[in-house]
Order: sequence, then structure tokens, then C-alpha cells
Amino acid sequence: MLYETVIAQAGLADKAGKNRWPARLDILQSSTGLFLALFMWGHMAFVASILFGESAMWAITKFFEGYFVFGASHPWLVSCVVGFVALVFVVHAFLAVRKFPINYRQFRIIFAHSRAMRHEDTTLWLWQAGTGFLLFFFASAHLYQMFVWPQNIGPYASSDRMWSDGLWPFYLTLLLAVELHGGIGLYRLAVKWGWPNASREALKILKWVLTAFFLVLGLATLGAYMKIGYAHRAHYGERYTPDWVTERLPDVQQEDAR
Amino acid sequence: MSADDNKEDISGQSRQNRWLTFNVLRYNPSDPASKPRLQAYKLEDADSMTLFIALNEIREHQDPTLQFDFVCRAGICGSCAMMVNGRPQLACRTLTRNLPAETTLAPLPFFELIGDLSVNTGKWMRGMSERLQAWLHGQEVEVDPRRIEERMNPELAEQIYELDRCVECGCCVAACGTAQMRQDFVGAVGFGKIARFRLDPRDVRQDDDYYELIGDDTGVFGCMSLLACQDVCPKSLPLQTQIAFLRRKMAVTGAGL
Repeated sequence: MLYETVIAQAGLADKAGKNRWPARLDILQSSTGLFLALFMWGHMAFVASILFGESAMWAITKFFEGYFVFGASHPWLVSCVVGFVALVFVVHAFLAVRKFPINYRQFRIIFAHSRAMRHEDTTLWLWQAGTGFLLFFFASAHLYQMFVWPQNIGPYASSDRMWSDGLWPFYLTLLLAVELHGGIGLYRLAVKWGWPNASREALKILKWVLTAFFLVLGLATLGAYMKIGYAHRAHYGERYTPDWVTERLPDVQQEDAR
Repeated sequence: MSADDNKEDISGQSRQNRWLTFNVLRYNPSDPASKPRLQAYKLEDADSMTLFIALNEIREHQDPTLQFDFVCRAGICGSCAMMVNGRPQLACRTLTRNLPAETTLAPLPFFELIGDLSVNTGKWMRGMSERLQAWLHGQEVEVDPRRIEERMNPELAEQIYELDRCVECGCCVAACGTAQMRQDFVGAVGFGKIARFRLDPRDVRQDDDYYELIGDDTGVFGCMSLLACQDVCPKSLPLQTQIAFLRRKMAVTGAGL
């Protein structure tokens, strides 16, 4: 048996030498959370492009498929990004679950504590933990879907998913969970590390403004996809190609017809 | 409650004081037959009355068996902390006029319960101090009484004093969701002590030494930043900024950045 293993099993690892892992894991938990929250802002901006019309969203999806660089669509590029995000997500979930109440005693005490204290930040933490728990399942399902079928992201494909595939309740839940979790998480990061060094009141106001903004934007976006999906229900499966592309770049249509 | 039922204020008008109800958690852990229950006491409110005075009134005139702690009556000793309507507060600094007509009183959670509202914070505080070695680790030099003492920058002395104002009442730990779930968590009071000795130039310990004390999940990395500690601290200590500062220092020291 390894020398270190013997010492670690005896519970003496920390006596044998400095353990750098608690610090590293804490930094990793915060930084993966920060990355995911910022990614979700960008993600929201991209999906919300549908509010500017089908062709705006089409251009963004094609951009990420490398169409404007390589002259042809490569959805696997999207899979690469999804794969990386999924990896960060799993690391974050693995680390963050350490903070959850994990047995009946902890559950009972944290709920009674929160109810009796009526303390906003404590209550917000419970919401963060609860929405985080939901994301284990909802975000995983979404990431898997995007990883395996990256070609099904587009003005009509995404709208069909919302309406004809009936996934809008799934996305509505995901939206609420992500925005609450991310907004509270970013606020917590700021007070946890003391940066930006603003008052908690100011940070809290900023947090709520951001959450409200992204929720409104997200709901409007979801509504837009549902509306398009409803109008497009008779042509389920058909892909969108802007007029200006069909005229000038016929290969796009072939690409999308696959 | 007899002669001064109708008090007169300066203007000569008589004034009826409102009645307060205190629902007090009664429990005696040393009596196997005892079950936790709430007992109601009624008391007439009085000018400038504190919760501490109210409890003494109750004990003196209504129930001599009621247990609670106090020493200084002036927010200095930190003995009379209790859960007032679900939040930790010092009884001696709680004016009854700021309380609703009905108030629930319970002992601080987390600490060893002696009985009713009385808890043994001292025992835990001592254990915490020993665990964190919360005393000055000076250089081992012989003191020369003829030499002038080392000077300290007044601003630094002020900063150290600011953190030294902690009275170890236990409110921060009782308010901490993390500590409620995880009994081995250091708590804000402990972080305050580390921050205090870290500031002190007479203490020879370095961040590497402090990392050994609080550089894990029972220490600063276990803090989930719920920050009720800061919100309930009767001494208004800057706990959030101190814990965040320690977290940054310990993260950099520990991760080897």
C-alpha cells in the first residue's frame, strides 16, 4: 500500500503536510460558478436574438457552427462548447453539493432556522440550494440534448422543440432555476470574496435588477420561440433559411436539408 | 403593577402601558421527565424597560424557576444573548418598547443548554479559543523593563481594537445557518479572533500558520456567506469584510498561488 494511503486512512494526512486541496476546491467552486453565470449571460444574449427576428438568430447559430469561417456548417463545433460547459457544470455541481443539507437532521434544522430567522440572505441561500438541485436534472438533460443534437439549434428547430415537441414547460423551469441560482450565486460570490467592494445593499439591489432583467428577457424569448413554433407546427422539422441566403448561397439550404 | 398602573408623564396626562406576553421556551436537560414547551408570562410594559429587566421581573414576581443568564446589564459581558422572536439578541440591549405585544424567547441554539434560556457559551468559546490558539504568539525574548516598548501605529491599534470589541455573546454562531448544520464550524467569532491576531505585529504567526487553523471546510472555506453573523452582531463588527479578507488570504496561501 502507498505510504500516503496508510497515513490518510489513519486520518493523519493533515498532520503529515499542508493540505492545499481545501483552498483549491473553494477557488474552483467559485470560479466554475462564475464561469457558468457569465456563460449564461452570453447564452441568454444569443438565444434572445430571436427577438430581432428569425434571420438574426439564424446568423448567430450559423456563426457558432463556423459557417462564416469555413463556408459550411459544422454543428460539432457547438458540441465542443457544450461538452466543455457540461464539464464545468459537473465540476461545479460536484463541489457545490458539499454545502447542501444532506441528512434529515440538517434539513430540519436549516429549514426551522431559516423560517425563524426571517433573514434574507439565509432564505436566498435555500433558494440557491433548491434551484441548484433542480439544475442537476434540468441542466443535465438540456446539455445532453445540445451535445448530441447540436444541429437542432435554429429559428425553426428550436421553436419546434418548444411547441411541437412540447418542451416549453421544461425550458420554463430551467429558465427560472438558472436565473434565480445564477443571480443569487453571483451576489454570494461578491460578498464571499469581498469583490467588488460595494455595500451589501447595493449588491443586493444590483442582483435583483439583473435577475429581473434576465427573467423578463428569458420569458420574452421563450414566448417568441413558442409563438414561432405554434405558427410553424404544420411544417415541423423544416429548417429556416433566410431569403437573402437562398438567393446568394444555395449550399446553405443543402446543408440544412441534411 | 399596583400603585403605578396609571403613570403620569411630564405633561401630566395619565397613560396606560400595554401588556406584553412572553412565550418562553422551558426545558431542563438534566431532568429526564422534562419536555421542551412554551410557557407564557404576561407583564406590563414600562418606560425604558429592557428585556433583561422584564425577565428579572418575571423571575422575581411570577416564576422563580425561570433560568436565564446575565452579568453586566450593559451589553459588555455578552451573557444574556437569546433568541428573541427567532433571532439572537442581547436581552439587556433589547428595549421592550421595540418588541411586539407577543414575543417568543428561546435559548441560543448550537451551544450546550443549561436550562430554559441559559446556555453555556463559555465552554464552547474556550474550546474555540484553544482550537484556534486565539492568543498572542509573541517572540520568545526576555522582557527588558528598562527598554521603551515597541510603538504601534495608532491606526493599526484602532483596527485591532475594533476586532477586540467582540464580547463572545454567541449571537453570530446562533445566527449562522452553516454552524447549525455543521457543529464543527469555526464560526464568525473565531474568524474575528484570527483576523485580530493576524493584524497584530506582535504575533509572529504567518498566513501559513493560520491556514493550518482555518484552511479547511470547518474553517473559512466552509463559510457559505449567509452573513446573518454580521446582521445580528450586537457590537456591529465588520464580520463580512473580515471573513472575505481571510478567505482571500487563505485561498492564496493554501492553493500556493
